Amino acid sequence: MERIPILKMGPVLLVSIQVDMHDQLALTLQDDLTDRIVKTRARGVLIDISSLEVVDSFIGRMLGNIAAMSRVLDAETVVVGMRPAVAITLVELGMSLSGVRTALNVERAMEMLPGANGDAVAAPGEGTDGRRPD
Amino acid sequence: MAVARTEKLPVQSSEDIVKVRQVVRAWAVAQGFTLVDQTKIVTAASELARNTVIYGGGGTVELESLGDGKRRGLRLTFADQGPGIANLEEALRDGFTSGAGLGLGLGGARRLSNEFEIQSQPGVGTTVRIARWT
Repeated sequence: MERIPILKMGPVLLVSIQVDMHDQLALTLQDDLTDRIVKTRARGVLIDISSLEVVDSFIGRMLGNIAAMSRVLDAETVVVGMRPAVAITLVELGMSLSGVRTALNVERAMEMLPGANGDAVAAPGEGTDGRRPD
Repeated sequence: MAVARTEKLPVQSSEDIVKVRQVVRAWAVAQGFTLVDQTKIVTAASELARNTVIYGGGGTVELESLGDGKRRGLRLTFADQGPGIANLEEALRDGFTSGAGLGLGLGGARRLSNEFEIQSQPGVGTTVRIARWT
């Protein structure tokens, strides 16, 4: 089955959406990410949407859901690289993505995520018990 | 006003929604739309295509490229033979949904278009026509 890859870098999960997603693929990504946050004990999720030429209400809702679910699982989500035309259109559409943190580029996003800028202890690998001590 | 070109596409599945986005984008580029205008009409098309699939049980979209001498435009007509909408005013209100969506589709598509027209008859189907001009 077609999937968007999720990469783990220290305590952060990285997702770069490079394809025009159909709705089921977006829902699969939402489920996969929630699973991976729990399995890897990730503290942050970085979603790069710089390749996306369109964010409609469905994709917008997916981004909001991922942010909300990760928050409940004690991870922060930052959405990176929204194109200006997409931002203008989203607001006119009526979506302000109010619960979603955004950054203009990956560097700035990494600074916003806990433990991602090298000042924290390395996160435990997949399958280990217990959360990383803060 | 001259109609230069028309094409009809099926709108039956979530893959068709992606296809509609791609074809509308290509037509908007060919009509000389700015990037923001392209993004707006593609996003509006995505919302209406999803409504056609989810609420209309599938249907079609007809694309028409328009010209009136000075401006160039794109008109999209989404038609389905679904259950129809009993209360159009309610359906156009932001936040109203009979399904699981956000209720931004119809109102959002109207805001993203220069022209918007909807006809619906319970038991017969729904037709939504939008146009955007350069």
